[in-house]
Amino acid sequence: MALGDRIRRSQLWKSIFRHPAPVDRRNRVVVVLTNLVLHLHPVSIPKHAVQLGFTWCMGGISFFLFLVETITGVLLMFYYRPTVEWAYNDMLAFRDVVSWGIVREIHRWAAHAMVITVMLHMLRVFLTGSYKPPREFNWVVGVALLVMTLLLSFTGYLLPWDQLSIWAITVGSNMARSVPFVGHEGPGQQLLSIGGIDLITAASDSRFLLLGAESVGEETLLRFYVLHCVAIPLLAGFGMAVHFWRVRKDGGISGPL
Amino acid sequence: MEASQTVPTSSGSAAESAAETPRRGFFCTAGRIALGGGFALLGFAGCLWTLGIGRFLFPNVVNQPPNRFRVGRPGDYPRGKVETRYKEEYGVWVVHGEYRGTPQIYALRTVCTHLGCITIWQEAERKFKCPCHGSGFRADGLNCEGPAPRPLERLAIRIADDGQLEVDRSRVFQEELGQWQDPESYVSV
Repeated sequence: MALGDRIRRSQLWKSIFRHPAPVDRRNRVVVVLTNLVLHLHPVSIPKHAVQLGFTWCMGGISFFLFLVETITGVLLMFYYRPTVEWAYNDMLAFRDVVSWGIVREIHRWAAHAMVITVMLHMLRVFLTGSYKPPREFNWVVGVALLVMTLLLSFTGYLLPWDQLSIWAITVGSNMARSVPFVGHEGPGQQLLSIGGIDLITAASDSRFLLLGAESVGEETLLRFYVLHCVAIPLLAGFGMAVHFWRVRKDGGISGPL
Repeated sequence: MEASQTVPTSSGSAAESAAETPRRGFFCTAGRIALGGGFALLGFAGCLWTLGIGRFLFPNVVNQPPNRFRVGRPGDYPRGKVETRYKEEYGVWVVHGEYRGTPQIYALRTVCTHLGCITIWQEAERKFKCPCHGSGFRADGLNCEGPAPRPLERLAIRIADDGQLEVDRSRVFQEELGQWQDPESYVSV
C-alpha cells in the first residue's frame, strides 16, 4: 500500500479530516467546505474575481497586512513594556540588541502600508460601483473597518514614546476637546450643567476619557496600549468576519457590469 | 502561471495548433518549474522566519544586576555581622561568622534549599528562616530545622585589587559536597 494511502486510512488522519482525497470535483469542493481555514474562501469564484485589473487585490492585501501586524505585534509584546520608564528603551532595544529586531520595522511599515491599501480598496470599490445594492451595508461595514485601521495607526503611534509620538497624540487628541456636547470646548458643552455647575470640563470630557488624564502621560500610554493590542484588534477582527461573510451573502465578489 | 492550460490559444488552423503544441509544452514545463520554485522559496522563507522568531524570543540583554559586585572592606564587618543590604538587589547575605570553628567572611545565597523561597534573617534568633515551610538555618548557613535537606549555598568571594570584598554570584559552593573548604568560598580574617 502506498504511504499516502496508509496515512489517509490511519485513525489519526481520519479523526482530523472527514473527507476522501481531493481526486474529483466533488471531493475538491468537500475539502474546502469541511476545512475551517479554507472555507473562508468560496469553493468557486467567477473568472473576473482574480482579475488584478478589476480588484487590485487590495482587500486581500489589506487582510494579509492585518495578519502580518497581528503576528509581528504579538512578537513585539514579548519585549515591549508600556511604561514611561521602559517604553522608549524597549523600542530602541529592537534596533540595538534584540536579534531579528527587524520585526518592529516590519510592524511599522506594514501599518503604513495597510492604511494605504485599505484606502485603495475603498477607492476601487467606489470606482467599480461595488457599493451599490445589494452591497450597501457591506460598504458601511467597510467604512467602520477603515476607521478601525486609522485608530490602530493612531494608538500605535504613541507606543514608541518619543517626542514625535507624544506631541502627535497631544495634537491629535486635542480634537476631542471640540466634540459637540462632550468636549469641554465643543458646541453645546454649556448645556450639560446642573445648577450652574458644568458637567463637561477639562477633567471630565471626551479628551479626558481618551487620555485617562488631562495631558498625555503614563495613563495614556497604558490606555493606548490596551486599545492598540486588545480592544481595537478584537473589534476589527469581528468587523472583518462580518465583512467577508457579507461579501459571500451579497452574491460573491462584484463583477464588471 | 501564464503557462496554465486554461489560457485560450489563438484560434487558427490545425497546422497552427500543431506548431504551437511543443511551444505550449515548453511553457507548461517552465510554468511548473516556476511554480515549484516559488513554493520552494516560500517554504525556505517560512523556515527562515521560524528560526528567526525562535532566535528573536531569546533575549540578548536582560535587566538584572551584575554577577560580580563589591560589598565594602573586610574591616566593615565586625564578628557576627550579617549584612542584609545586598539581599534585595543581589539575593546575597555577607556574613562574618565562623565555619567549623574558623572565623571567616562568606556570602550566602538567600534561596532556601527546600523549594527555593527567599529566606529572612531573624536577628533576635540569629537564624535564617524560610516563610514558606519553616526551614531554619544558622548564621553559618547550616540547616537546623524544618524540611530543608541541606545548608544554604555559598557564593564565591575574594579580596579585589582595591581591597574591597567582591562577590561573584556565578559560582556556587555547596557544604554537603565539601566545597566550603575551597578558599574561594570565603575570606579569612
